[in-house]
Amino acid sequence: MTIGVIKVARPREMSFPESLYLLEIVKGLGVTMGHLLSNIVRQEGIKTIEYPEVRRPMPPRFRGKHRLMKRENGAPRCVACYCCSTACPAKCITIVAGESPDPAVEKYPVRFDIDMLRCVFCGMCVEACPCDAIRMDTGWFTPPDDTREKLIFTIDTLLEK
Amino acid sequence: METVLFILFGAIAVCGAVMVVTRKHPMASALYLILTLFAVAALFVLRQAHFLAAIQVIIYAGAVVVLFVFVIMLINVPEDRLPVERATTIRVLGVLAAGFFILESAVLARRYVMPKGPAAEVGTVEAVGRALFTDYLLAFEITSVLLLAAVIGAIALAKRKI
Amino acid sequence: MTGPLFDIAVTVARIAVFFAFCFGLVVVMTWVERKGAAYIQDRRGPNRADIFGIRAWGLFHPLADALKFLFKEDFIPDNAHRLFYQMAPMFSLAPAILGIAIIPFGPDVTVMGRTIALQIADLNVGILYLFAVSGMTVYGVVLAGWASGSKYPLLGGLRSSAQMLSYEVSMGLSLIGIFMVFESVRMSQIVAGQGGLLFGVLPKWGVFVQPLGFILFLVAQYAEANRTPFDLPEGESELVAGYHTEYASFKFSMFMMAEYLHMVVGAAVVATLFFGGWQFPYLGDAGFLFPGGFAVAVPPALVLLLRIGSFVAKVLFFAWLYVWVRWTIPRFRYDQVMRLGWKVMLPLSLLNIFATGLILLLLNR
Ligand code: SF4
Ligand code: SF4
Repeated sequence: MTIGVIKVARPREMSFPESLYLLEIVKGLGVTMGHLLSNIVRQEGIKTIEYPEVRRPMPPRFRGKHRLMKRENGAPRCVACYCCSTACPAKCITIVAGESPDPAVEKYPVRFDIDMLRCVFCGMCVEACPCDAIRMDTGWFTPPDDTREKLIFTIDTLLEK
Repeated sequence: METVLFILFGAIAVCGAVMVVTRKHPMASALYLILTLFAVAALFVLRQAHFLAAIQVIIYAGAVVVLFVFVIMLINVPEDRLPVERATTIRVLGVLAAGFFILESAVLARRYVMPKGPAAEVGTVEAVGRALFTDYLLAFEITSVLLLAAVIGAIALAKRKI
Repeated sequence: MTGPLFDIAVTVARIAVFFAFCFGLVVVMTWVERKGAAYIQDRRGPNRADIFGIRAWGLFHPLADALKFLFKEDFIPDNAHRLFYQMAPMFSLAPAILGIAIIPFGPDVTVMGRTIALQIADLNVGILYLFAVSGMTVYGVVLAGWASGSKYPLLGGLRSSAQMLSYEVSMGLSLIGIFMVFESVRMSQIVAGQGGLLFGVLPKWGVFVQPLGFILFLVAQYAEANRTPFDLPEGESELVAGYHTEYASFKFSMFMMAEYLHMVVGAAVVATLFFGGWQFPYLGDAGFLFPGGFAVAVPPALVLLLRIGSFVAKVLFFAWLYVWVRWTIPRFRYDQVMRLGWKVMLPLSLLNIFATGLILLLLNR
């Protein structure tokens, strides 16, 4: 026998009453009616999740919308080291660094934009960050919007959450 | 009332028939043919021949013209590549002959007096059925044999190896 | 009221009421289809449209749909043949509406000393009229497919014309047994003929005297109405949406209305021909008369109500059956449809005619 050949069981021949289809159709109708009735009687049996009101619980490692973390005093934890934008395979993070007013911190991001239209949700930015300043643990997909500009998230939107 | 309806549907039928031959687009011709068939069916109804009217619509409008349309769709010639018909001698002669034929039938029809009033009980399903299976049985059977021959011929033409 | 005026009033009223009934049912059926499909597939179905916060199990969705169709852009594709493209939905809807005319909704009633048939027109060609108008539906589909000037609709149109022609033959032949048994093609007489009893127990309904004819007719009707398992002209998985791919807004809704109206009229025809129409089992003009001589008197008004009610119930059941079958059986392949039509349905319907004739001959001798 040649390698890689898988024997698939052929469907067996139909018996005469089966080949008439009539009885089988009636049986099928029975099955669908069973589902219908049981779903009317027990609404809990329906698997559909009523989305905006009820949300599917996301697994803890789900990579969703980004957020920037804050320090105790409310300033962004990011030190504008460009690690994330370097690691990003989609090149969708734009950072402009500025001198931080806090003497303990050297730099802070004046601008921090993520182009959500180009992001591939790979999580490389999170891996790369040395200060744990960026996370993707919000559990939300990128929401739809009606202009491209609104989908370039700025530092304000990212810090909010 | 009946005369008015007769003239109305007769006019529709004739206009439709003229349109069938004059339209450039085959699909338009086919649709006008349906209109004509319907108008003729209406004329049958006016003569109380309900069965004939129903059969006319079922067979001609419902099946024969559908096949025409089917063929038009299959061939589907783009509008700018439809053939242009020229007025050749034979065609002009044909139109003249047709006009003469119509005139002649009109003259003949004037001699024949249609029975007045509705021809009741002739056009119903029962009456047609009885006539078909008693007085005209032979013709009926011969027609069915003819149709059978046509069916077999069609199969022989369409399917070279049986 | 004077004579002719009364007649006109009655005619107009009949048309209005039956028309309203059928269209009302069409609206309800669109909801039933979506909700039924959802529950059969363990989903919830439409439940969002609300009026003042009342959601009523999504019952307002048909209303929302209608409004949406009205306000959508009425779009004509560049390649389409403008005139035929716009005519196609009308060709589709008109025959479906015409079919309502010969359905008997109830027995004759007497109002102000006059007998009124609860039927718009009791033609002596009866059911042949229905064949004639339902044969016209194919033009709507074919024209839509051809005039859209696009590939998928064209394929849908081609499929449907072949399919409808094939099944029309067996549809007509499967009913001949019924005509032979009830000795008429008139709807009213067929219904009247189903009032008796068979062997003194069963009501003499079409299904019991013509079981094979019933199955054949039902199958042919599903094929004629382009419903699953015969919805090849639309075949979403291979033809996008078949013949109405290029249609939007109100023209699309006309196709939808035509489809559902076909279902309603088809259900009414099956109920009339094979399930006794407005006949209620064991209910005579004076009251119930059960086999075994057990009788219950019923006032005439209640008899009338029971009869119309039984007709409506039958129509509802068969309309539901269309939906039920749709979500149970998968679509046939095209060659299977053709084989079923010509090699199974046609010989069986001929056999049915032959057997019926033989039995009638033996019984009458
Ligand atoms: S998730 Fe990936 S693609 Fe998106 S910003 Fe981070 S590194 Fe770039
Ligand atoms: S890697 Fe972290 S600290 Fe560095 S720029 Fe990105 S978010 Fe800021």
